Amino acid sequence: MIQIEHIDKSFAEKTVLRDVSLEIPEGQTLAIIGRSGSGKSVLMKHIIGLLKPDRGRVLVDGIDINEISYRELRQVRRQFGVLFQGGALFDSMNTFENVAFPLRTFTNDTDAEIRKEVEHCLDVVNLSGVGPKKPSELSGGMKKRVALARAISLRPRYIIYDEPTSGLDPETSNTINDLIKNLADQLNVTSIVISHDMHSVLKIADRAAFLHAMRIHWVGTIAEMHRSDDAKLRAFVKANEYAIGESALPSTARASS
Amino acid sequence: MPSLQLRLTKPFFSLGQYVLLLTKAFTSLGEFGLYRRNLFIQMVRVGIDSLPIVVMAAAFSGAVTTVQTAYQMTSPLIPRSTIGAIVVPSMIMELGAVITGFILAGRVGARIAAELGTMRVTEQIDALEAMGLNSVGYLIVPRVLAGVLMFPVLYVTATFVGIGAGLLVAEFSGLVPIGEFVQGARNYFQPFDPFFGLIKSLVFGFVITSISCYMGYFTEGGAEGVGRSTTQAAVMSCVYLLIADLGLAILLL
Ligand SMILES: Nc1ncnc2c1ncn2[C@@H]1O[C@H](COP(=O)(O)OP(=O)(O)OP(=O)(O)O)[C@@H](O)[C@H]1O
Ligand SMILES: [Mg+2]
Repeated sequence: MIQIEHIDKSFAEKTVLRDVSLEIPEGQTLAIIGRSGSGKSVLMKHIIGLLKPDRGRVLVDGIDINEISYRELRQVRRQFGVLFQGGALFDSMNTFENVAFPLRTFTNDTDAEIRKEVEHCLDVVNLSGVGPKKPSELSGGMKKRVALARAISLRPRYIIYDEPTSGLDPETSNTINDLIKNLADQLNVTSIVISHDMHSVLKIADRAAFLHAMRIHWVGTIAEMHRSDDAKLRAFVKANEYAIGESALPSTARASS
Repeated sequence: MPSLQLRLTKPFFSLGQYVLLLTKAFTSLGEFGLYRRNLFIQMVRVGIDSLPIVVMAAAFSGAVTTVQTAYQMTSPLIPRSTIGAIVVPSMIMELGAVITGFILAGRVGARIAAELGTMRVTEQIDALEAMGLNSVGYLIVPRVLAGVLMFPVLYVTATFVGIGAGLLVAEFSGLVPIGEFVQGARNYFQPFDPFFGLIKSLVFGFVITSISCYMGYFTEGGAEGVGRSTTQAAVMSCVYLLIADLGLAILLL
């Protein structure tokens, strides 16, 4: 269970988040949507304590992560898998080593076990065989998928995905959506998905939070989103529909807009 | 233009940040097992990879010092062996360490800052933190330790090579025969001199790597920021190396 309570965040003079509260219950998938620059990535960094709020609290399993020691914070972080927006692959290591890194660092697995696990993770993201390649030799979408494989290699309880499908072709996007959904359903992972891809939001999320003008402008279940007549939310969803050229919302919802 | 107050407090802020960073790094030594592999890689980069350029610079400075010292000894009253008595202690006490230091500041310092700076701006440091690693310990401890361990090795090499080159130049250009050169060096040899050089080299190794780590770790602002940190790392390493050089001389001599 993750609770974000009334956080404010500013950089120098620029306010990014103002009185933002969110709750992500165990086993659920929350999508955070919002326009570019609305503060989605900033919000996500607060959840693992990479940024500290100017005001407010972040609770993970009831523990205020900004009140505990660094050592304890690191224990909390080990329950998380994080896919950064840019992948954040270690460019001094090849693909295999990137995915193996958390396993080598935090488990006592043998080399054979690690090799097997890494191959499995790469297979899951459709990238078997790229192990020896360096991150600089991979395409943007491949990097993202390697980063995803790395994020899930330790089977974390919580996974944060910052735009998991941006820059991917529709088919690969679907594979990734299925993977995120499977992890949530089968392993009961609590997930936070940042995305502007409404297609994938509708497919994988239980609830969505719409970040707009520094606040959570709207939050609710996917079913509620279909029925919502909030103008800003509808505009955002509609723009997306246009962008993907396909209906993001079921026809009933579209008809009513 | 930053306010006066900001400009006056900035150096203290930086010093505080630097001390905190090193404290955070070295209080995580308990997890040394995680850093061991990195330490080995860094030792190779600092030590072995710098060897050719250090050897070359040391050879030239030893040779040039010898030639110039001979040039200045015009009085027939001064024995030729004095050349050895000047060149050898200069190499041992000052040139060996300082030349190695300048080379490492440019080579190793810039590299460390560029590496850590890039890791910062591409969120690789965030990724390490997000996994629950102490990124400061993981990245900085091996680099600083490698500097402190390898710098003395380079210093000793540089000193021997510099003296050797001086000897050869003295002999082959007919300035002073090897025998006299060595005799002069022997007469004025002080057992403390090599220790002084070694202490210097330890301090320089620490100064260069820790300052460069600091510059790289706190990089801000994309590729431009990495460029800035890299230059700053090389420049600041040299500046503090010179300050440390003078400080040690006053303190220990
Ligand atoms: N370290 C920082 N220093 C200063 N400003 C920052 C910093 N990080 C983010 N910002 C600012 O905060 C705002 C929100 O950034 P953020 O990266 O969270 O956007 P986002 O919603 O993730 O956008 P996108 O969808 O394009 O990734 C931006 O205006 C950005 O300029
Ligand atoms: Mg973002």
